[in-house]
Amino acid sequence: MSLPTTDIGTEEYKYGFSDDVKPEIKFEKGLSRQTVEDISNIKNEPGWMTETRLKAYEIFLEKPMPEWGADLSDIDFDDIIYFVRASDRKMTNWDDVPAEIKETFEKLGIPESERKFLAGAEAQYDSESVYGALQGEWEKQGVIFVDTDTALREHEKLLRKYFGSVVPATDNKLAALNTAVWSGGSFLYIPKGVRVGLPLQAYFRINTQNMGQFERTMIIADEGSNVQYIEGCTAPTYTTNSLHSAVVEIICKKDSRVRYTTLQNWSGNVYNLVTKRAQAYENATMEWIDANLGSKVTMKYPSVYLMERGAKADVISIAFANTGQHQDVGSKVVHLAPYTTSKILSKSISKGKGRSTYRGLVKIHEGMEGCKSNVNCDALLLDEASATDTYPYIEIEDPTAAIEHEATVSKLSDEQIFYLQQRGVPEDEARNMIINGFIEPFTKLLPLEYAVEMNRLIELQMEGSVG
Amino acid sequence: MTTENGLLTIKDLKVKINDKEILKGVNLKIGPGEVHAIMGPNGTGKSTLAYALAGKASYEVTSGSVTMEGENVLDMSPDERARKGMFLAFQYPSEVPGVTVDNFLRVAYNTVKKKELSIWEFRNLLKEKMEFLKIDESFSGRYLNEGFSGGEKKRNEILQMAVLTPKLAILDETDSGLDIDALQIVAKGVNELLPEDSSVLVITHYQRILRYIKPDFVHVMINGKIVETGGGELAEKLEEQGYDWLKEKYGESGKDNNNVTANN
Repeated sequence: MSLPTTDIGTEEYKYGFSDDVKPEIKFEKGLSRQTVEDISNIKNEPGWMTETRLKAYEIFLEKPMPEWGADLSDIDFDDIIYFVRASDRKMTNWDDVPAEIKETFEKLGIPESERKFLAGAEAQYDSESVYGALQGEWEKQGVIFVDTDTALREHEKLLRKYFGSVVPATDNKLAALNTAVWSGGSFLYIPKGVRVGLPLQAYFRINTQNMGQFERTMIIADEGSNVQYIEGCTAPTYTTNSLHSAVVEIICKKDSRVRYTTLQNWSGNVYNLVTKRAQAYENATMEWIDANLGSKVTMKYPSVYLMERGAKADVISIAFANTGQHQDVGSKVVHLAPYTTSKILSKSISKGKGRSTYRGLVKIHEGMEGCKSNVNCDALLLDEASATDTYPYIEIEDPTAAIEHEATVSKLSDEQIFYLQQRGVPEDEARNMIINGFIEPFTKLLPLEYAVEMNRLIELQMEGSVG
Repeated sequence: MTTENGLLTIKDLKVKINDKEILKGVNLKIGPGEVHAIMGPNGTGKSTLAYALAGKASYEVTSGSVTMEGENVLDMSPDERARKGMFLAFQYPSEVPGVTVDNFLRVAYNTVKKKELSIWEFRNLLKEKMEFLKIDESFSGRYLNEGFSGGEKKRNEILQMAVLTPKLAILDETDSGLDIDALQIVAKGVNELLPEDSSVLVITHYQRILRYIKPDFVHVMINGKIVETGGGELAEKLEEQGYDWLKEKYGESGKDNNNVTANN
């Protein structure tokens, strides 16, 4: 499949940058110190952010590519454009969007107006009708929900306090890259004791900025607050960019509760390499709910650092690896305080020549008494060609820890299919029913409309499978 | 013993599993509203007959025919057979995690009956049958057969039968592993929840279930063939005398040792 590439460097300057004082900066492919400075300058960032970016760039150069996971050898960092101005972002021509993507939109029942937006053929999606009224309500309570660039301008002090405190640039090569060139993402602050009733959906807030490849998302849940955040949607995210490398940092203060739900379905050319991490303080609960479909390679291990007594981590993820895809996903929980609890449930489905890997770590440090951890990995193989492997690292340094670990690999069983067929259900539908049942512990945590979409999406993935 | 206007007609059915011939020429006719029982020692092909009728893929039909209301059953997929009105209560039903009893049964019901009952409409229908079968209300929200006791699995099969009201219900060893109370409830379900003209084929090793589900015809299967056919009294004779006299008479070959011609 040949995809049109974004190449604004050679294009005539169409929508000139509005501020005439600034020199015209062209972003070509590739990354240098100058590119990083230019990104920061063009956004008029404070000096400390420029410094942070430049330091991160040095770290990016020093750090080796991670070689312990999926094959990343095809990524060419010199072949990527690291910044595209919102006003310059070249829209994909709708006619160039691959037929199978359009077909999927059709089948998922995505409204016409949203299809173009999702395919990058339209810059804005009108979210006012959805959030207009609610936003006023939250603002009165002190909730901040803006894109991260805006947050840097309008809430600099708050952002600066936490930026990089959960995922430092030194964490890994791709986190360093993100820190150097980040743009967009969501910034969310929930004040003490505030409970946001509805899930906040990044999907409806998406603009060209946080459709970006290197988005940076931060959530700060103050003491006793409660929030649910949902990003992505089940429609395939069509992009001509081959690398998506986001960083998500979450701080759950005492007694707070954060649920972060991700549904992503990248087009098959994308390397999706994301660092997501949360810190949970006294009696706080952090929940990662993470679905990974599509992409060429996904490496993502949402993690939780349990910082203080009574903190809880709950991570539930599913991955669907179809032909040509490697989903290398899992979770990491570090118990840094006594009486902390973690629960990890990972479900993967592999089809065709797809490969899914569970990679996880639970670490309980010495002297952290009374910790509990429960890890479950279930893999479902749909045919002979598909593959799965599991790397569940468990490092326990305290003898009082209660650990449960279970891993299962199953195949779609002929017995089950025959049983359902015998009740009148056609074979395809029987298959889908079993698969949707397999991921039910996941889908039941989603808002209803997402759960319905999720099931439909799995059905689409299943189409054309041979009995 | 022949029935005009048969519901199900099996002629000279031969079935192989993994290249081994298990059914060696079965003949059977079942009329509307009739109750038939197939009895026989273990390993003679009784359950094979049930699964072959339902269309299990690994069962290879090498010759013979099966028709239901005049239509060729052997050409149909298992789900087509079910929609035609054939129901098999499994001896070992599969567990299907994540799929609740009520959701699954509603899909099955709507498919078989070509209806579109909503969750609420269906729930009422299901509730009624569950009460009759003395099944606890919480049951419908459980995952299909997952963690069910042996008795619960059997009761769940009969519940499904009661909801789908098939023209032909095949009960494969439904009595095995049931205590007497459960057996009576299951039998009551078969007797009272099926329409008058539904037929039943009871496959069993023991005569016990036939005290509660009265058969019109009792067939004995030995070594892949039906060797004797009678009424309820044949089951009683088997209860008293066991299968040895039949084994002696027909031997391992399933042929009458006293009469060289093949029994049909």
